[in-house]
Amino acid sequence: MNIPKDKLMLMLERMWLIRNFELKVIEAHKTGEFAGGAHPYIGEEAVAVGACIAMRDTDYIAGNHRSHGHPIAKGASLNKAMAEIFGRRDGYCKGKGGSMHLADFSVGILGESGIVGSSVPIATGAALASKLQKKDFVSAVFFGDGASNQGACHESMNLASVWKLPVIFICENNQYAVTTSYKSTVAVEHVSDRASAYNMPGVLVDGQDCIAMYEAMTEAVRRARAGEGPTLLEGLTYRFEEHSLGLGKIRRSEYRTEDEINSWRKRDPIVIHEDRLLKSEIASQAEVQHVRDHTEKLSMEALEFARKSPWPEVSELFEDMWADKTMPIP
Amino acid sequence: MAELTIRQAIQRGLEEALQNDPNVFIMGEDIGKYGGAYAVTSGFLEKYGPKRIKDTPISEATFIGAGVGAAAAGLRPVIEIMSISFSLVAFDQIVNMAANLRYMSGGQIKVPMVIRAPTGAGAQLAATHSQSFETWLAEVPGIKCVAPSTPADALGLLRSALSDGNTVIFAEPAQMYGVKGDVPDGRFTVPIGKASVQRSGGDVTLVSYGHGMRVLHSAAEDLAKRGIEAEVVDLRSLSPLDMDTIVASVHKTNRALTLDMARRTGGIMAEVAARLQEAASDWLDGPVARVGAEDVPWPYNRELEQEALPRVEDVLASLKKSYGI
Repeated sequence: MNIPKDKLMLMLERMWLIRNFELKVIEAHKTGEFAGGAHPYIGEEAVAVGACIAMRDTDYIAGNHRSHGHPIAKGASLNKAMAEIFGRRDGYCKGKGGSMHLADFSVGILGESGIVGSSVPIATGAALASKLQKKDFVSAVFFGDGASNQGACHESMNLASVWKLPVIFICENNQYAVTTSYKSTVAVEHVSDRASAYNMPGVLVDGQDCIAMYEAMTEAVRRARAGEGPTLLEGLTYRFEEHSLGLGKIRRSEYRTEDEINSWRKRDPIVIHEDRLLKSEIASQAEVQHVRDHTEKLSMEALEFARKSPWPEVSELFEDMWADKTMPIP
Repeated sequence: MAELTIRQAIQRGLEEALQNDPNVFIMGEDIGKYGGAYAVTSGFLEKYGPKRIKDTPISEATFIGAGVGAAAAGLRPVIEIMSISFSLVAFDQIVNMAANLRYMSGGQIKVPMVIRAPTGAGAQLAATHSQSFETWLAEVPGIKCVAPSTPADALGLLRSALSDGNTVIFAEPAQMYGVKGDVPDGRFTVPIGKASVQRSGGDVTLVSYGHGMRVLHSAAEDLAKRGIEAEVVDLRSLSPLDMDTIVASVHKTNRALTLDMARRTGGIMAEVAARLQEAASDWLDGPVARVGAEDVPWPYNRELEQEALPRVEDVLASLKKSYGI
């Protein structure tokens, strides 16, 4: 596939944005600047970025509890994302959603959920809206190997297939549900094998390679927009960090070996893409360095923005619960 | 003015919405050719076509979640759950998504959706088919919950639900679809969050909703024979709850009884009783009388089921105990 340079560079930029953002999040959590948990996406950046770059701004996505990366991959601003994680008023959700519910509706984020598998029907419903309104937007949902065992996930794939809905199910198989290996919980070899039960294509993709993700997603989006129905993509990837910040008690060796972690760290999605751009002389060292510096700067600014953002007023406790009437009496 | 059944009133409200709002569609189990388990959408498929009248797989969690997603993306789904008992498998989608999404997104996302479901015991459908989960859903912030007991309220509340910006649980008393009543002409509405005084009286306030209204009206007749005039109040809206109407009635009667056709423990009528103690204890001549279904799983056998359901005698006995009347 011939991918224009600006898209290839955008993929690099978005992956670096996520990486640097997450590093700041980890740093801020260590120093106690925000409470609660947060689930770092480091190591899995190519899945979200490859997929989102293959989508339009008007398309929808839904995420999960580990979803700092998805809004950023879709083009959300770092400042409001960091402010949300800090529980501040300038956050996307005015400090009411937090790390697990980073929704930026303006870039098509339908919401995230701390309940594993819970967002899958939501994205399916957005695809239903596209079909019923005869619009050409598609939706995608990111979920993990763990969520692939949830009933709602299977129900949604079935419904989407029988109704031929324009939705792309993206399993980011990072191989562990907290500490439990998918090899001991998933009855088939690959999560993507499950697609055959729902009469849709199931595609196993190298989740460390943003171009592989982009290409697989491009075909899935084409199918969806053409009215050919859903696709299940499985990006095989790896969570470089622990399940959640603040869960220090999980010792890596108890459920995954140092050798395994190191072998996956060698397949860093950003390094893979950078090396490719440099070797093929698509980008110069200076251009790559600029992306690194620029995204580091934006991440630092996001941190400063969050630190300076005001806390919500106590009176805001009762705001944003009810929507006004949306239309006259039918 | 026309005489309609509750079923016909709901049908009228749904058809108006289908005709006037292109964003409305209905989905649920067997609502198409079969017309729904209680024949509410009978004939809709032929009139409005399969794009707007959608039979779903038996996947309550997913078709309710899909309703949330479709609503967020600009449509106004109307979802029929075959029985509110089946909402249990979709509670995550109703509670975490339909109810929470707006608040936890800081007001960015709107979920205007109506979830209709027949509710209640009394038809020997036993433990898994006889629940009244509207009483659980009424305590969830971010969704509204209504339950009509007359055809006029059914139509008026449905019109309000179909123009609301939020998800509304519309609980239909399953044994009352055939109840007839006068329905005004024109586009009247019944506001969500407003109780209704169905019978006026100065001696005791009787409060319930849905199926409970039939029991209260019978009890009021019995009391009237003894010269006791009961004021009968229908909540209509379980959430938001209209305590003002109930408290105003108690100011007049100084006696109150709550009746819940769902299990007595922890239900919405327990909340009404608790709020009455808070808001009107100085006005009450005794503790709020409480009657509810027995705290058992719904039994199949007719005698046992009737034993578990509150009856007129239970209402009268409870009033005797609390107020000596």
